[in-house]
Amino acid sequence: MTSAHTTPSSGSRRMLGVSSRWRPLVFGVLGVFVLAVAWELYKFLGPADGIVIGTLTILPRTNDLAMPHLWVMFERIFEPVTGAASAEPLWQAVLAGSLFTLGIAAVGWLVGVTVGLALALLMQRFRLAESALLPWIILSQTVPLIAIAPLVRRWGAQIQFGEFTWESWMSVALIASYLAFFPVSIGALRGLGSPDANHVDLMHCYAVGWWKTLWRLRLPASVGYLLPALRLAAVSAVIGSVVAEVSIGLRGGIGRLIVEYAGAAGNDPGKPWAPIFGSILVGLVAAGFVGLIGLFLRRFRRGEVPV
Amino acid sequence: MTNNGMTDNGMTDNGMTDNGITNSSMTNSTNSSASAASAVEVRGVGRIFTARKGPGVTALEDVSLVVAPGEFVSLIGPSGCGKSTLLRLIADLDTPTSGSIEVFGKPAKQARIDQDYGIAFQQAGLLPWRTVAGNIELPLELHGIGKAARRRRAAELIALVGLADFASHYPDQLSGGMQQRVAIARSLAESPSLLLMDEPFGALDEMTRERMQNELVRICAETEAAVVFVTHSIPEAVFLSNRVVVMSPRPGRIRSIVDVTLGEMAGRGEDLREDEGFFHALSQVRDLLHGDEAAAAPAGARGVETR
Repeated sequence: MTSAHTTPSSGSRRMLGVSSRWRPLVFGVLGVFVLAVAWELYKFLGPADGIVIGTLTILPRTNDLAMPHLWVMFERIFEPVTGAASAEPLWQAVLAGSLFTLGIAAVGWLVGVTVGLALALLMQRFRLAESALLPWIILSQTVPLIAIAPLVRRWGAQIQFGEFTWESWMSVALIASYLAFFPVSIGALRGLGSPDANHVDLMHCYAVGWWKTLWRLRLPASVGYLLPALRLAAVSAVIGSVVAEVSIGLRGGIGRLIVEYAGAAGNDPGKPWAPIFGSILVGLVAAGFVGLIGLFLRRFRRGEVPV
Repeated sequence: MTNNGMTDNGMTDNGMTDNGITNSSMTNSTNSSASAASAVEVRGVGRIFTARKGPGVTALEDVSLVVAPGEFVSLIGPSGCGKSTLLRLIADLDTPTSGSIEVFGKPAKQARIDQDYGIAFQQAGLLPWRTVAGNIELPLELHGIGKAARRRRAAELIALVGLADFASHYPDQLSGGMQQRVAIARSLAESPSLLLMDEPFGALDEMTRERMQNELVRICAETEAAVVFVTHSIPEAVFLSNRVVVMSPRPGRIRSIVDVTLGEMAGRGEDLREDEGFFHALSQVRDLLHGDEAAAAPAGARGVETR
């Protein structure tokens, strides 16, 4: 009796104690929940033909084809891909596609981060390089992805030396890296330039060269700038992979599944949502991975003032 | 002016020779030259900062100053008198436009490369991702001193500045005064025979400040290093120094040098602040500084004492 009495009180106290730590998670779940409620509420209350002003549809139709119930989407995930007897469950196909895309995005991310860091180091080291490269780096992001995808594929197809042949997934990874390098190069450049004049003077007093200053001062100081850039790069790499899969026509990834299943929307409205959830999952995993890196680099983020 | 009691015996009771960390060639060179050359010799130095438009700013003009080994010299003057610039020139963080600077008989640049001085700035300038011990070890680490020796030296210095309980704390866990103590310990890490300090207590409150001054007196007595100390506090300059260099602005010049005859560094304690000689030197420095103000006024001729 007494133990049953004390347990809940100590439990609630612990809840209060950890509440600040779990608050982001609670709010995250709450956000998803609010979104789900809004979806269902609009579907329930909104007119069947959507809200139309003149000939312009402001809000979508609420019929089951345009806006399937959430539970329809989830039920569909556990059903087979097609009516064929040998068909695997939809979730399995989507998961396989997600992993495929995640792999490509990871390669693209790695290449992008490497190139981005190299560019940032170059620009930090040489003023001339900064004024020469920075405008082009910014300009590079104004080129639409759709435009460069076929080019990359065509150039790639001509690359062949010895055993090595350029494959389509490499084109996709390259395009992913094209998106990923940008935030890294900008973030790292800012981060490498972030140490106080004080600290730079100190290194000068210690008569150490650029490399030691880089390793002991500039790189550690840049972590706070680098982590958000890496996260942005990870998400960009995922988006780049998905879009490039579509525009290059690579099979096996989530991008292809999105296009493929969209065709089924007419009689199977739950199906197109499965790869969309898949791509969200890939994005979350990618961002989570960077979060993990951040956990290991926590020591270097002490200087950050919590706002 | 020359500190016979300190330089004659050449013996040190703490830190300098028996710690086994200072690389031997450095210790030898400073010891042998210390008897021959002055700690700092500034000869006819001028520094003009060139502006993009119009004439440059003359920060220093024809400044000459000799600091004997083991001597404590303060630079004092209103802001803009070039006292910090002079310190930066001695530290080879900046190069003079004219004149020459020698530190222990070598050009300032060579002295910097040989790590003949330790330096502390107004901002403690600790690396936020390193612990107290890690920060103090930084210069030793950068100059390739072994881990065990580094640990030993850091522990010594931490004890010297009275932070024994905080060795594994990070800078953000320390008060401003504690951070500054770490910075001073760091500047002493390689047992330099010259300390350069740029308003190290400028950002501290008055009480912490006086305590830090008492500690600095004790530390200087123990290490027997020469000190060039920039400050804008008259009592601080008088309390700490063997000589106070009063500077005047626009252009930065040495106005006068006041000998403070308050006895040995080691004998200076809290009661000195009540001493007759202390007040005498205080008013002497104050008069020089105020005379400077009058000189700067349009009516007064330069260098005329108005009181």
